Amino acid sequence: MSFSVHVNGHETVEPPAPGQCLRTYLRAHGWTGVKKGCDTGDCGACTVHVDGAAVHSCLYPAHRVDGRTVTTVEGLATEGRLHPAQQAFLRARAFQCGYCTPGFLMTAAALTEKDLADLTEALKGNLCRCTGYRVVGEAVRNTLRGERDQSPTGPSDATSPADPPCAVARPSDDQEAVGVVTGTLSFTLDEQPPAGMLHLALLRSPHRHARILDIDTAAARAVPGVRAVLTHHHAPRTRFSTALSEAAQECPADTRVLDDVVRHVGQRVAAVVADSPAAAERACRMIRVRYEVLPAVTDPEEALSPGAARVHPDGNLVDEIHLRAGDADQGLAEADTVYEGTFRTQRVQHAALECHASRAWTTEDGSLHVHTTTQAPHLVRRRLCAIFGLPAERVRVTAARLGGAFGGKQDLLTEDIAALAALRTGRPVQLEHTRAEELAATTTRHPFQVRVTLGARRDGTLTAIRLHVVADTGAYGNHGPGVLKEGCTGGISLYRCANVVVDGYSVRTHNVPAGAFRGYGAGQVAFAMESALDELARILDTDPLAMRRAACLRPGDSTTFPGVGGQHPVMDSGLQQCLDALHAARTRRRRSHPAPADPGHLTGEGLAVTALHAEPMDGHLSSARVTLRPDGHYDLAVGAPEFGSGTSTVLRRMAADTLRTDPDHIHLRQADTDLLGHDSGGFASTGVRITGRAVTRACETLIRQMREVAAAHRAAASSASRPDITTMHGDGAGTAVSLAALHAYAQVNGQHLTATGRAVPGEGRPALAVSAQWFRISVEPTTGLVRVLDSVHAADAGVVLDDAQCRGQIEGAVAQGIGTALWEALFTDPDGRITTADLRTYSIPHYGDLPATEIHFARPDTASVPKPMSELPFNPVAAALANALRDAASIRCAALPLRPDTVWAALDTLRSSLSPR
Amino acid sequence: MDLPSVREVVDARCALPWQTGDAWLAGGTALFAEPRPEVMRLRDLTAMEWPAWEIMDDGLVIAATCTVAELLAFAQAPAGPWPQARALIAACCRAFSSSFKVWNTATVGGNLCVALPAGPMISMAVALDGVCRVLAVNGRERRVPATGFVTGVGRTVLLPGEVLRSVTLPVSALAKRTAVGRVSLRPGGRSAALVTGTYAPETGRLGLAVTAATIRPVTVDFSHPPSSAALRATLHEMLDRDLIVDDVHGHPQWRRHMVTYLADGVRHDLTRE
Repeated sequence: MSFSVHVNGHETVEPPAPGQCLRTYLRAHGWTGVKKGCDTGDCGACTVHVDGAAVHSCLYPAHRVDGRTVTTVEGLATEGRLHPAQQAFLRARAFQCGYCTPGFLMTAAALTEKDLADLTEALKGNLCRCTGYRVVGEAVRNTLRGERDQSPTGPSDATSPADPPCAVARPSDDQEAVGVVTGTLSFTLDEQPPAGMLHLALLRSPHRHARILDIDTAAARAVPGVRAVLTHHHAPRTRFSTALSEAAQECPADTRVLDDVVRHVGQRVAAVVADSPAAAERACRMIRVRYEVLPAVTDPEEALSPGAARVHPDGNLVDEIHLRAGDADQGLAEADTVYEGTFRTQRVQHAALECHASRAWTTEDGSLHVHTTTQAPHLVRRRLCAIFGLPAERVRVTAARLGGAFGGKQDLLTEDIAALAALRTGRPVQLEHTRAEELAATTTRHPFQVRVTLGARRDGTLTAIRLHVVADTGAYGNHGPGVLKEGCTGGISLYRCANVVVDGYSVRTHNVPAGAFRGYGAGQVAFAMESALDELARILDTDPLAMRRAACLRPGDSTTFPGVGGQHPVMDSGLQQCLDALHAARTRRRRSHPAPADPGHLTGEGLAVTALHAEPMDGHLSSARVTLRPDGHYDLAVGAPEFGSGTSTVLRRMAADTLRTDPDHIHLRQADTDLLGHDSGGFASTGVRITGRAVTRACETLIRQMREVAAAHRAAASSASRPDITTMHGDGAGTAVSLAALHAYAQVNGQHLTATGRAVPGEGRPALAVSAQWFRISVEPTTGLVRVLDSVHAADAGVVLDDAQCRGQIEGAVAQGIGTALWEALFTDPDGRITTADLRTYSIPHYGDLPATEIHFARPDTASVPKPMSELPFNPVAAALANALRDAASIRCAALPLRPDTVWAALDTLRSSLSPR
Repeated sequence: MDLPSVREVVDARCALPWQTGDAWLAGGTALFAEPRPEVMRLRDLTAMEWPAWEIMDDGLVIAATCTVAELLAFAQAPAGPWPQARALIAACCRAFSSSFKVWNTATVGGNLCVALPAGPMISMAVALDGVCRVLAVNGRERRVPATGFVTGVGRTVLLPGEVLRSVTLPVSALAKRTAVGRVSLRPGGRSAALVTGTYAPETGRLGLAVTAATIRPVTVDFSHPPSSAALRATLHEMLDRDLIVDDVHGHPQWRRHMVTYLADGVRHDLTRE
């Protein structure tokens, strides 16, 4: 039977496998602009056109394209001209990580002007996890309007006056941006696979807790194409933590690549390595496992009780923290009023659009190369060396651009098993998670239970804070101690109170392991603290904003508990400025958009404030190397990959500023252990501030070296000589030398003009970054539906190096925060299976679900350094929404998420308590 | 996603006997959205080339292979028969949580056969007194009212090898006044409760159908428009606990409340002069 399909003008005659979907067929034929995000037609990243009609290629039977024409993002541009949608996305910078962009472009290209009337419906099959959609909507609107009025920029009324100004294209990062919109920029699995690559599929535990008595793999091994079946018998006995952090010794070494005890549903039991993913998956189903099912514990409080089932031999308590300042009992006794409440945050997931994946192979010299979706390549190397007993120089770890991370790619989740398979088979091996595996068997945010007791005087000043924190770290302790520490210190760092008691416990349960997640514990504690403070303001009949002024640190105040290096960060004017900005915006919005007078709706306002130590408490080491090239440009090497935060662009600009050159002349290489000795990676909001410091140092060292070479060259030393874009200038006539000549001179003399810079937390003046969020919402009492009417965010980000980048981070964080507060939750059935294992049931925000957020930045009042803004803006969102709901509907929801069924039930309870019996 | 257990795709017109592991393939948007280790052979219905819809003497005949996009285009055509019924059809098409790109290939029949509580084509077929025409592999044919086609979550009356050929919406139903009420946890999300209503002012008959909140469609007919209280009482009696869906798309108590609330809105819309 003949088969023929035209893809982007190229004919392909190789027929697909029966049952193959179009997405994998296209990717296998090199059209890697077609992304996999969900497998279920929910995310739209795989959108292509078949005979002009847009379809989700993951749901499209590939055999049906016979005789048809397929267009992917790679075929969208015609005759070298970008499609209007590509132009619009490029101009509006309508992406961060860019993984969802091909799907949005193919969707936008299928829309017509009449879709402008309802973009929410037109875009409901596309998900973006990074941006919060403002820029995406702007680009789509401009695309559709551009078709009409031929002005590709679109009219300026594309955004409402309240929207921040749109980002403009910067020539310096055009290449990368063009790669995003043309689908040619490579993510991890978009690169050409090593020859002869095998595929790995995993058998996972159906039990919460069980001992594996026997695994029969004979039938699986007999499946054609199967090369190996791996069980705990083949795995190293080494136990390790999957957590990728510099202070890994804090996390218990409790995980094996494959274990003979399973501790949560979804834990790996066995791995099949085969010629194709299909053969591996088929064989997985043939493995027979005999389990001895053991008792399980899923409630963290219960797990702390003496008789509870033990998750690991060393018990269930991973870490505890006890902080004391002053005398909390005395403080409570002195209080005019005391509020106590217990607050719970649910289990949520990062849901980055790109699933975890690794490729591992041994190179000709016998070393191991792992190419993976990680935020921390060097730490992956360190961990793999420990597990497999390999020296660092025999292991290379690389990462491509990441399709979103949010902390989810700060654990070793695919690398170890891919490496084991590659080492055992001697062949390259790939493991790519399905979305179901992502949602059911990778790390989550730590669910917290926080009992908070606050004492306050009538003027709102706090006399005592007492916190009892229990964090559910799941079956393994990865990130448990760090998250607990950050929650218990960072989470309360902005309050001014002399009497504080914090008791925190990180507890193992037979739940899916929690890990690093945007906010790292501080957001969970902030939800409790800021909800409690709102209640206190109500008791005291005080404006919640005024309450914050009284309860929080004033300029010059230090935090109660120290941060990195035992230093107490000092509050500057940032918090006051943020509160002033919220106050002004609130006043303006109340006047300009009065609350709708619809009797069917309740409206209310709420706010919350959070702070973050500007430098992380866990150790962190950032490295950068800068090298002068023969053409007078520079190579800059950093450790972390780009994952959409825009850090790479900022770092190139910082280097260009120091070297007084154009950012175009800074060529960035990143995320490769061969480039640098060590680097912690991209997490803990260190990208701009700490890595930036390393970059600047490297550049300054290089300038000194260049100065010396220039001096030798011209035989005229000068301490003042500086490079510019082409030339090294001295301080006298005739002392200038071109950078190219400088390089040539150095080379002739056997000198390498290359310099490394390093930075660690705690070198700078300890400071606090601040984020404050205000919402106005409406609630429909009959349905429980919450709608966000107004959203204002004020942030002290220190010096903002790139306004659009920093706004993008805040918009994305607020969007993720709204998702966490209103909808997202990983649900588990009575047997411990995650029942929200696709993006239909695990509901992340869609276009149209989110308000436009008005953003204000505090003016930095001290040295010109940036403060971290990747995680912090997420933290106040849930409490601000819960406080707005309290204001609107007189209900205090102490547990997340605030879904309509929950809100309605709370209102129903309130109604029945109020109605006369 | 790929269905690696599938070994063969055959034309649905071929006369091969039905065997375990066979599955009818319509649009594929449901079949390819879940692992199907039990499916080994796909019998592709696109080759049947059934006309998407036909207006016949007895009503509107919608082929099982009619795509949601084709049905929506029919329902939204500027000048056409039965504006009220077409408004209900359009509302049901839009009730899909999936996007227009899924509608381009997802089919009416596929949605009925998948038999999820939130299947909006089920809501439509039930609301408009649809009659399902079912064919066996040997060509034998039977007709099943849409109200009885779905028997539970993921369950239908289809026997192994039977295929849904079409749904006929009778003229009598198409001429009625219609209304739809729907709610989901997130505005565009999967329906948590969907209530349709039809009303014939000349006879006074008012019919309501509840889907999405219940594990199978629940219908109730009134010989004349009920009062709000009477409607509430009737629904309260009918909506047995076991009938209410309990999944992540909404708490059962809320769904029960929402059915009553939406039904009252539908009743109000239908009888408004």
